[in-house]
Amino acid sequence: MLAHEFMRHALVAGSLVGLACGLVGYFVVLRAQVFAGDALSHIAFTGALAASVLGLDLVAGLFAATVLGGLALGLLGRRARADDVVIGSFFAWTLGLGVLCLAIFTRTASAGNGTAGVRVLFGSILGLSATDVWRSVAVGAITTVVLVGVARPLLFVSLDEAVALARGVPVRALGIGFLTLLGLVAAQASQAVGALLFLGLLAAPAGAAQLLTANPFRGLALSAALAVASVWIGLTLSYVYPTLPPTSMIVGVAVGAYALALLTRWTRGVRSSARAPAAAQPGAR
Amino acid sequence: MVEAAAFQGLGWNVWADVRELFAYPFMVNALAAGTIVALTAGVTGWFMVLRRQTFAGHTLSVVAFPGAAAASLAGAPLAAGYFGFCAAGALVLAAATGARRGSGAESAATGALQALALAAGFLFVNLYDGVLTGLDSLLFGTFLGITTGQVETLLGVALLTIAFFGVAGRPLLFASLDADVARASGVPVTPLGVCFLLVLGLSVAETSQITGALLVFALLVTPAATAHELTSRTGVGIALSVGIALAVTWLGLALAYYSIYPVGFYVTSLAFAVYVGVRIVRMLGGRRRGALHLALETG
Repeated sequence: MLAHEFMRHALVAGSLVGLACGLVGYFVVLRAQVFAGDALSHIAFTGALAASVLGLDLVAGLFAATVLGGLALGLLGRRARADDVVIGSFFAWTLGLGVLCLAIFTRTASAGNGTAGVRVLFGSILGLSATDVWRSVAVGAITTVVLVGVARPLLFVSLDEAVALARGVPVRALGIGFLTLLGLVAAQASQAVGALLFLGLLAAPAGAAQLLTANPFRGLALSAALAVASVWIGLTLSYVYPTLPPTSMIVGVAVGAYALALLTRWTRGVRSSARAPAAAQPGAR
Repeated sequence: MVEAAAFQGLGWNVWADVRELFAYPFMVNALAAGTIVALTAGVTGWFMVLRRQTFAGHTLSVVAFPGAAAASLAGAPLAAGYFGFCAAGALVLAAATGARRGSGAESAATGALQALALAAGFLFVNLYDGVLTGLDSLLFGTFLGITTGQVETLLGVALLTIAFFGVAGRPLLFASLDADVARASGVPVTPLGVCFLLVLGLSVAETSQITGALLVFALLVTPAATAHELTSRTGVGIALSVGIALAVTWLGLALAYYSIYPVGFYVTSLAFAVYVGVRIVRMLGGRRRGALHLALETG
């Protein structure tokens, strides 16, 4: 499997995308901003297609759209958290714009480019070039460094905004910066797993990590590890069974892990509540 | 009348243009289906925005995509796939999110379900091997080739939805506005929430047959958000939401008929334009009212 260059590219780029998604995702879930991630993934679709229609570089359009989108979402909302209804109305329209671009693009471009829409929506992890790999290494590194750097204040803000504000933490700046970073990750992930499925790598590993541990730093590490493992297992599965698309497998594994975590949590809850009356020891785990 | 049905393009005679829209059976079916869909989406969307369940609504609309893809793969009727998957998705969502509304855990569960739905849909389409022609219309909808049978199914489901709101509308409103007080006065809040998600799933399944899985949201959330912007009264709000949804759908279909661009673009853009317009007018009005207030106070 490692003898193929495209597989090596996919593994390296996929691991870094997984790492970035896992880390950012943990905070996204903690801050209940998964819907913003959802919106960004749709903005990514429109950005990439608009760039193709205008004859610009697809990747440049992708990055510009999501980073600006993240910034806008941060600026729109009060205390850097946009209202769900506003986000929803906005991205529904963005998607309509994307469909228009898709229609124009497939009409004007040669027949060979007819798959552009599908590629943007569902990714092309097996077709990444060396440049793409370097770019995802850069994005992964930036994300990791920034997030580890601001982890403490960001955790503080996410858990108790009012107290953080009173203690002089720059709540608004952190919120806007965080959404911009999310935009950066969304663009990179769109290339690997597709604009639509980016949400899976964002929400599922982080959700599982939060179910399994309450310690934020352990949770952060666990979320990243689960995301990277999902990428590896998903890629291996689709290499062994070529009819299965890699994107679907990666997200499938990630959501499977989340479902297992949910199940573990549930059985643990049942067991502890069954034991609690007998042992008369509330809170025993 | 048959000769008159030839495509003439857009002329200056507005009446003739409008009449041409009704000349083809496919267009009549599309308009009928659009009307039914806009009605349901308007009502359900109003409650969805009230209950702050936009993310759940979007996730359910995405679930329609694997539903349709699985139905094509299995050779079953598309409608069965749409309705079956959306109803199942609503139940899974209700079970997975439970009572922790508005929390990070809920949004993680919703996001995970949505991603799983998309992944499954893409897998089914790949297995089906009809990628290019099928995928675009599943995701972005088509108003061509809607059959009379489809319109009848849509009508049946729409009546079911309206009946639900007729029976449970009042308690649902109560439960949405103040869950604790409603529970204390004996309203079954949790079952109502599950039923609402089911109805939301059905409406979404219905809408996505016209607008495609990705664009349902425009009809569901944008007219309702506009209505909530304009009034906080229930009856007026629902009527406004339905009215905007209807106007946007009709105009969108007419525009799509006369141009080469997809209906989804027109519907989403019109709805968003109305929303932004209302927001701007409200903002200006608020500022003027504020200025007036200030002027009165200062003398």
